[in-house]
Amino acid sequence: MARDATAKSETQQSAISGQDTSDSAGLVHVPTGELADERPDARISDVDDWGRSEQMRALARRVYDPIYSRWFRAEWEGLENIPTDGGALLVANHAAAIPSDAPAIMHGIETELERPVYGLADNLFRTMPLIGTMWSRLGGLPAHPDNAYRLLSEQNQLVLVFPEGSKGPAKPFHKRYQLGRFGRGGFVEIAMRSGVPVVPIAVVGAEESMPTLFQMKGLAKSLGLPYAPVTANMLALGPLGILGYFPAKFKLKVLEPVTFDVPPDRERYSRFKVMESSEAIREQIQQALYEMLRNRESVWFG
Amino acid sequence: MAGKKPPSETAADAASKSADATTDATPAGAGAPADAKPAAVGNHPTKRVLVTGLGSFWGGRVAQALEADPAVEVIVGLDTIEPSVELERTEYVRVDANYSILARIVKATQVDTIVHSFLVVDPTQMSAKAMHEINVIGTMNLFAAASAPGSSVRNVLLKSSTAVYGCAPEDPVWFTEDTPRSRVAHHSIEKNLEAVEGYVGDFAEDNPHVNVTTMRFSNVIGDEIETPLTRVLKLPVVPSVLGFDPRFQFVHEDDVTRAILFALHNRLPGTYNVAGDGLLPWTEVAAICGKRTVPLPPFGTGLMAPALRALGVDLPEEYISLLKYGRGVDNRKLKDAGFRYEYTSAQAVRAFIERTRLKDIMAGGTEYQYERDVEQFFRQSPAVVRDSDD
Repeated sequence: MARDATAKSETQQSAISGQDTSDSAGLVHVPTGELADERPDARISDVDDWGRSEQMRALARRVYDPIYSRWFRAEWEGLENIPTDGGALLVANHAAAIPSDAPAIMHGIETELERPVYGLADNLFRTMPLIGTMWSRLGGLPAHPDNAYRLLSEQNQLVLVFPEGSKGPAKPFHKRYQLGRFGRGGFVEIAMRSGVPVVPIAVVGAEESMPTLFQMKGLAKSLGLPYAPVTANMLALGPLGILGYFPAKFKLKVLEPVTFDVPPDRERYSRFKVMESSEAIREQIQQALYEMLRNRESVWFG
Repeated sequence: MAGKKPPSETAADAASKSADATTDATPAGAGAPADAKPAAVGNHPTKRVLVTGLGSFWGGRVAQALEADPAVEVIVGLDTIEPSVELERTEYVRVDANYSILARIVKATQVDTIVHSFLVVDPTQMSAKAMHEINVIGTMNLFAAASAPGSSVRNVLLKSSTAVYGCAPEDPVWFTEDTPRSRVAHHSIEKNLEAVEGYVGDFAEDNPHVNVTTMRFSNVIGDEIETPLTRVLKLPVVPSVLGFDPRFQFVHEDDVTRAILFALHNRLPGTYNVAGDGLLPWTEVAAICGKRTVPLPPFGTGLMAPALRALGVDLPEEYISLLKYGRGVDNRKLKDAGFRYEYTSAQAVRAFIERTRLKDIMAGGTEYQYERDVEQFFRQSPAVVRDSDD
């Protein structure tokens, strides 16, 4: 068993590290088989790495389309501002106790542009049985910066985020269309890091589709929810009102994309720049909302 | 292998220090050590290897593969239990559970490489206390030994697990090697792994001349390894958690061995995730295995654990949260280093179930049961005439 130590130092690299393991065949099982890309694909569902299923999406589009086009009669303006390829971070105002804006935006873009949209949301969704799974299959995922970066920068996808977070849907009716704080500008940082534009979207109609009358803070706290509202829909429709939206007219306006004059993939960006851009985008959406509201003759007919 | 634990754990413990290191009587360089070249191992490839956890699935397989490499001169394997695979020239040393004898073994064998594969990451195997003893105290002793003055160790590989990332709803879809945990660890395995990786990090910092590789393996699957997940996938119906269909990532057992050998021979510094490409919903995993899922209630699963265990579903708490939130890790760092996987996550599951089915049929077959003894005879008996090489 005494072996010549110096003679064989070179042979081992190929013997073990790579695919060429011919001299280790026999007793020792150092697999030599095909590599993953040479084997037949073993997948049997179309759920992608993010949990989204195009089949489920297609089904949801069929079910949701009448609601979108007959109930809310959604109308877009400026859709050409959404890039047809490459990543972009879509940013919108957020409203209604159970937000009706997210499905409308995702549905609209997917049907008009035929590009998938991934929606970032509170990871609270993920903890809810059934709802969490549905949400994931329909293109939702937890709003983690790593998720957003990977989708935007590496996979060139459209990603939708509501920087107001749960403060948007939680606000009472008398504060409708008053944008809340845009978090801590995280969405700007992500767009900078990913090197993609932010595309602001102003949505009118969602606020009136499910107005919040007041919050049951104690209930929310005991259930561990960010808010537990009593909506006008509940008073009008009873239990049905939990999910039944009023048929407010939806108008969605896509604003000019905002690009950032900074190199991508930086660890950190100037806080000043981030906050300044975040505030500018918030102001843009706010002004667009005011303009749309000035021209709105009726909540129900637009 | 991964199944039961040492029947004779205490025997080694009780033995006197000198008797502790009784070796298997293999002829392989039984005396060589002390005079072998000391610290000047430099940039040499792996020649003298110490494998901890030889009795574990990995330990055995890595030792087998190393045996096939003629450049590797000495392979010493430590464990509390006998190796479960056929080994030709590996020297097996029985040690106590926390490897207190290690310093002397490392010194005596002058190993240049340590493959640390004895970590227990299946909590169904033993109590939290026993696991702590093996994982944390064992690792502590190992690195104390490896960092002794004049140590010959130049390359250390730790087999860790992606369980170190935890599993929580706040998690990103993909963990990179640098992503921190979302929540503080509270399961014993996760705490163990954190402590172990802490020791390894300290060791790497204190010994910049030593190459340290930490490999975090995703859910391992294959027809030979036994884990809580392979066990439930072999049941007639597969448990799930009602309303949850998380995505899982797998790595095939063959890719695990290949990855360890790849890292050893390329001396990869730092931490690497090892996991097949792609995430699969749990229902799809079950479907690939041709099974249906049976949902457990989403709440109070802990209370049902004893009843489930009686039914053959032994799912520790960590795995219940995995069945709710899943876990994905970014495997690109190892790929960028040049490693190529043989299996994606889905292919690994398919290969597992196909071979398991075949194995079930072959189980009643004819295995030549004296083979091992005869092989032993051929290898060791002075009555056998061998050529000069062996």
